[in-house]
Amino acid sequence: MTIYLPTPLRKHVGGAREITVAGKTIRDVFVGLRENYPALAEQLWDEESNNLKKYLNVFLNDENIRSLQGPDTPVQESDAISVIPAIAGGQPGSGLTFNVILSHRETKMAD
Amino acid sequence: MLTNDQIIRYSRHILLPEMGGKGQEKLLSSKVLLIGAGGLGSPVALYLAAAGVGTLGIVDGDHVDLSNLQRQVIHATPDIGRLKVDSARETIAQINPDVRVVTYPEYITATNIGGILSEYDLVVDGCDNFATRYLVSDAAVIYKKPYVYGSILRLDGQAAVFNPPQGPCYRCIFPEAPPPGAVPSCQEAGVLGVLPGLLGVIQATEALKMLLGIGEPLIGRLLLVDALYMEFTEAKVARNKNCPVCGENPTITELRDENYRQETCNTELDETEEEK
Repeated sequence: MTIYLPTPLRKHVGGAREITVAGKTIRDVFVGLRENYPALAEQLWDEESNNLKKYLNVFLNDENIRSLQGPDTPVQESDAISVIPAIAGGQPGSGLTFNVILSHRETKMAD
Repeated sequence: MLTNDQIIRYSRHILLPEMGGKGQEKLLSSKVLLIGAGGLGSPVALYLAAAGVGTLGIVDGDHVDLSNLQRQVIHATPDIGRLKVDSARETIAQINPDVRVVTYPEYITATNIGGILSEYDLVVDGCDNFATRYLVSDAAVIYKKPYVYGSILRLDGQAAVFNPPQGPCYRCIFPEAPPPGAVPSCQEAGVLGVLPGLLGVIQATEALKMLLGIGEPLIGRLLLVDALYMEFTEAKVARNKNCPVCGENPTITELRDENYRQETCNTELDETEEEK
């Protein structure tokens, strides 16, 4: 099955928009990410609570897993999983410095 | 009663069967509050003003900065250094003198939001940070005002209408803000300049529909926009009966500033400027 990732998370998987994963439940799938996508796993899975990070929404096809069986929701090969994080545009009050922006001047366009 | 000038100005609305002259009169007597006159607030304000929404309240304590002009199209180069609410008011006056603009040159807080919000029919969120978003969302529930949500980051956007008990509130979907430095917020500075235009126009559309009571608003549906692939998808979102604001046993029944503290970031790229 596939997990669809929004742009802010794609850098953890080499820019991919979708990744192919395996597992029998949502928990299986996300814990399994540690093997091939450790950076992504760290962003999505909370080891302490053994659950998804609270500020994420995970949809199985078009149903929120919260209205199914949460992380115990069974998944099938044909399913599509989407991760939807809370997003906000900026962080007021601190001031992005000119030098930080300048350091990106020679940045090449990503694929 | 519409004047002759208004009949001509709003003729393309009046011709719409969904709207007619009565719908236009309804817009002219409507009051919309905009939180932020930045990236999202600009197109929302421009289109709602052009559409003849009679009263637009705009809350923003910020000044126009050179780095805003790549996307905040209600402001122009000569406005740099001016209060955003002043610049916005002037632009709106030129577009449509029918619109009364009420400016609030301050940031929205738990203390001032009640007095401001209670004057309006609905609130449109053009804020750029989680603290303000949760404050606006919680206040909209407590003061029973429809809340037109929009958010952007890099090349992605989200939009929805929150109006519990019809559908969920923002907190039902996202119970907690991401911690400072977490994936979706701090480390990903940057936004494609047109993206707030795309999402802001969706918010303006939803605001007009809510004011007119027409169509199917984005209630119970979270619209997800991926501009890089120009893909629009929808996620079904439901009420959470345990929601601390709109649930069965709410724990957030009054607004306190200490519950809406601005998150701060630690890494160097996290020192993002105020970006609305």
